[in-house]
Amino acid sequence: MPVMTLIEAVTQAMDEELARDPRVFIVGEDVGARGGVFRATMGLHAKYGSERVVDSPLAELSIVAIGIGAALADLRPICEIQFADFIHPAFNQIVNEAAKMYYRSGEQWNVPMVIRAPYGGGISGALYHSQSVEAFFTHVPGLKVVIPSTPQDAKGLLKSAVRDPNPVLFFEPKKGYRAIKGDVPEGEYTIPIGPARVARSGRDLSVFAYGMMAHYTTIAAEKVAREDGIDAEVIDLRTLLPVDKGAILESVKKTGKALVVHEDTFTMGYGAEVAAIIADEGFNYMDAPVKRLAGPDVPAMPYSHSMQEFFMPNPDKIAAAIRDLAAY
Amino acid sequence: MAGLNKTTLLDWYRQMVLIRRFEEKCAELYQQGKIGGFLHLYIGQEATGVGSVAALRPQDHAITAYRDHGLALARGLDPKAIMAEMLGKRTGVSGGKGGSMHLASRELNFWGGYGIVGGHLPLAAGIALKAKYNEEDEVVLCYMGDGATNIGYFHESLNLSAVWDLPVIWLVENNGYGMGTAVDRASGQVELHKRAVGYGMKDGGRVDGMDVIAVYEAISDAARYASKNGPVLMESMTYRFQGHSMGDPERYRSKEEVQRYAAGDPIGKFRQTLVEKYKDVAGELDKIEDAVVATVAEAVEYAENSPAPTYEDLVAHVYAD
Repeated sequence: MPVMTLIEAVTQAMDEELARDPRVFIVGEDVGARGGVFRATMGLHAKYGSERVVDSPLAELSIVAIGIGAALADLRPICEIQFADFIHPAFNQIVNEAAKMYYRSGEQWNVPMVIRAPYGGGISGALYHSQSVEAFFTHVPGLKVVIPSTPQDAKGLLKSAVRDPNPVLFFEPKKGYRAIKGDVPEGEYTIPIGPARVARSGRDLSVFAYGMMAHYTTIAAEKVAREDGIDAEVIDLRTLLPVDKGAILESVKKTGKALVVHEDTFTMGYGAEVAAIIADEGFNYMDAPVKRLAGPDVPAMPYSHSMQEFFMPNPDKIAAAIRDLAAY
Repeated sequence: MAGLNKTTLLDWYRQMVLIRRFEEKCAELYQQGKIGGFLHLYIGQEATGVGSVAALRPQDHAITAYRDHGLALARGLDPKAIMAEMLGKRTGVSGGKGGSMHLASRELNFWGGYGIVGGHLPLAAGIALKAKYNEEDEVVLCYMGDGATNIGYFHESLNLSAVWDLPVIWLVENNGYGMGTAVDRASGQVELHKRAVGYGMKDGGRVDGMDVIAVYEAISDAARYASKNGPVLMESMTYRFQGHSMGDPERYRSKEEVQRYAAGDPIGKFRQTLVEKYKDVAGELDKIEDAVVATVAEAVEYAENSPAPTYEDLVAHVYAD
């Protein structure tokens, strides 16, 4: 299998979907000749032209809303928001229009669209280029929220997102765009939206993560296996909404211990829902309280390198949390 | 009135009276507690709704805000299904999920009422993008109240439509008030159509929104322009005879003002035009009015006899398969 970076997998997925379905088009700021702020659409404008790889004005709400309108009218838009931090002007459109349309129109209209946005910190982007925004949207029935952590998943899940009849928010860990490399199968494949992935099978405890933190958790799990003989199971949630309850419960049934890791802030973060699911439906399996490792409850990730490092979970911090939980 | 035959004009009259009687009945049902929530009546604005929808072809699109009953009726949605929706019944336009403010029909390219002021403007641009993308000869008529021209959606949507030459008619139904705030208290430029200049799009000017034929002609011209050249911003000068919604104490305007406009009732005015143009038409118009009353009564009966949605309906259709 060819090895590629996460962002190359994203580009390839869009390339294949543009080739497959003439209704698919990309719209966003500088997605055309410029190739996007992170170069995710590199080469696509040259191949498909200005009608299908569309530069928009600097106006996030209308990038999303034009996509909703076009999706209602049966096109298949892929809307790019340059940074997840910039998605907030479109919040009303996503929550009030995209998420509710199928429900409120008596099934007359659905919204087959993808909104892609790089998220997350660790790149010295400071407060407005580092945010993790998933928890705002995982609270909204009608949306799907996907965050891949490997090139293989990024490609397969993005292709599924384009074909999904519902609005899919597709958040990409930008720190991993080029840092995460991996095998990607040759030829056509998709990965279904919904099921989590067992990234590492283990029997001592379960760690639930997604995106960059799933990548880091896998590294941390190997480290504690090597250094401490702890056999951690790593579940890459990858689809956050709808949540794969079955995978969460199946894992804790086996291990009896759970740690959730995300770089989004702690309180009311996605980890709270995972913990609640386990408390509610997996209580009898548990040998320890559910632990969470997450960003601190401060308004955003600051610029300074030292503060950024305090904020972000990393393989060492995750390994320490695994050791603590294993020792419980 | 060139090219408009008697049959067409009488049908417009029927539509205007239908909107009026339908909404009067809605007000009654609201007072009886059978319609809940918020009810925004279109009474007074019928000429704008009927004249503008009449200018659209079947392949064209209409999209509006929450004051949507009149446009839904004019576009041809079944009064029975609308009334059932008003009463929150399973047989309603959206199965009782949307209610008064979210009437829509995919089949009729009526993309709905929207509950968030201005939120539908960029969607209209998206629908127009589809027409352009597929090289289809379709026009999107996007209605908004005067209040919607001051929210950010307006700016982004109009700019985008101009940059991409989208076939949209941005039609401001200027009824003088955004809820209770008069236009001159909310907008620096009170002639809202003039903002077209700032976006580099065609200024479609103002039309007398109380004159159904004038509205029809103005929107027909705009539609021809938009389908070939790109967006138009225009204003229909109209007036709502009722409050913003039911229970509005209307402290922001005088009784004299309302009476002055009521004297220019678009239905009465249009009836006068028809009586002057066609001898002995009065009897036909009376018959139309009687038939409309019967249609409304049937709609109410249908709605009242329809079942309420179930728990299964509540939890259904969150995601499309």
